[in-house]
Amino acid sequence: MSVLTVKSSTPLCLLQDAGRFGVRHLGVTQGGALDWVSMSWANRLLNNPLDAAVIEVTLGGLNLVAEADCCLALAGADLGAMLDDRPIAPWRSFFIRKGQQLRLIRPVSGARAYLAAPGGFAAVDVLGSCATVSREGLGGLEGNGKALAEGDRLTYSGASFELHALPAHRIPDISCWRPLDVVMGAQIGQFSGVSLFDAFNSDWTLDSRADRMGMRLLGPELIYQGKPMISEGIPLGAIQVPPDGQPIILLNDRQTIGGYPRLGALTPLSLARLAQQLPGSVVRMKAVVQDVAHREQLGFMRTLQHTTQDLTL
Amino acid sequence: MNVRIEAVAIDCLMVRLFDAIDESNMPWMLAATLRLREGFGAQLIDLVPSYTTLMVHYDLLALNPTQARALITDALTDLEPDASQSGRQHVLPVWYDLSVGPELSLLSKRSGLAVDEVIRRHSQREYQVFALGFAPGFAFMGLVEEALAAPRIKTPRKRVAAGSVGIAERQTAAYPLESPGGWNILGRTPAKLFDREIDGYSLMQPGDTVRFAAVDHAEFIRLGGDDTPLEGLA
Repeated sequence: MSVLTVKSSTPLCLLQDAGRFGVRHLGVTQGGALDWVSMSWANRLLNNPLDAAVIEVTLGGLNLVAEADCCLALAGADLGAMLDDRPIAPWRSFFIRKGQQLRLIRPVSGARAYLAAPGGFAAVDVLGSCATVSREGLGGLEGNGKALAEGDRLTYSGASFELHALPAHRIPDISCWRPLDVVMGAQIGQFSGVSLFDAFNSDWTLDSRADRMGMRLLGPELIYQGKPMISEGIPLGAIQVPPDGQPIILLNDRQTIGGYPRLGALTPLSLARLAQQLPGSVVRMKAVVQDVAHREQLGFMRTLQHTTQDLTL
Repeated sequence: MNVRIEAVAIDCLMVRLFDAIDESNMPWMLAATLRLREGFGAQLIDLVPSYTTLMVHYDLLALNPTQARALITDALTDLEPDASQSGRQHVLPVWYDLSVGPELSLLSKRSGLAVDEVIRRHSQREYQVFALGFAPGFAFMGLVEEALAAPRIKTPRKRVAAGSVGIAERQTAAYPLESPGGWNILGRTPAKLFDREIDGYSLMQPGDTVRFAAVDHAEFIRLGGDDTPLEGLA
């Protein structure tokens, strides 16, 4: 078994996987990697299952020391990673020798980096997942919802001795110049006409009030004209509009039910891109039909599954 | 009953059964839940029930939206209310006291009832669990009688102790974990509401019925309760 020791961390360095399923009727949130695309690629680079446990590092601040020689993979944001004094670029696997230090420092581009280990990091299974949800006290290394902290020992039992890098044309675009795709929701017809125009034709600025539960958008006030709603299930990526008219995009750690009207929900691919945006970024939204979004998702899942042969170094 | 199916996300459909909260919805909701779980089988990722709706989250690798709609329609054909599933009955011991239930006096003032009478009325009624949400094992129950109904407090507390029993409008609930919260707090239960060791994880499930039983301080402590005053947590 190989070990990485945590020298320093932040409350935003979390063990994650695809999330917790089959328990939302109990009020338990989904959790899981916000940028699931980068998590999947980090795992793919090591031939892991796509949803093996990884570390999600938001904004940097993680410092690890290897207790044995091993191979790791990094994907997602460029957080200025350094292996001792050598820079490590994302979207590739790399060797780390016993005693070497890996640091993820601060955002160079993007917001969240994913670190994978051969076979996935070992963690306690809590309701089918190791996804860390601090608010619920579930998941993480010991199953109690704690973020990584100094002194934690990250273990994994797989081995990998081949280096891989994602070919340039497969590296996801983590910028947000393309609009975010929205599958329109049930209340879409109850927003004012002007609000619907504004929703899909305005620049929206990401507020600093953003966490793993949701991200708030600042822009024109959206006006809902329907009846007050009774709380109902909230899908991942739902864009809820509270009475102040400023939408909130609900993410993996959202509450399971809620009663604000919704424009619709972002597609999973758009959520992955959104997860890489920092407060102050400007995004746009575009309506997409459920069937079209579904076909695009299936196409991407095939790419993820069948890219082994072009992982080269 | 007029069932509507609405797209709400790439892989989620909202099944809308009712337009208003009502205790008589429950046998239909439970029957529909059972039918949908059977109909989707392994292709169901999550089923999120609420007061009037069931959100179906299906596996998009196995089903396209048209197929998922068809499965829902088939599953709900000739739906009959399921009165046999009456749910379990729970009795939650509650220590009603100002130190752990700071809004007891507010509710007394609002209703014009003595504190003891507020406690008696809250604990005499049998409540139905409508839905779980907000936090793991947090059960929205109702309906409390009109006289005890009260809006959420103006500024939600940053910390509400685990076990706190509260009222918001005509609903009542107990906080399974320490969390932020805006409900009017009347007391505290020592019962474990969400625990990985409980079969089904959550003590209460939709369709269950719940009664609160007033206990004194000694009994509360004997049952494992923590009597740290609520405002002391802030």
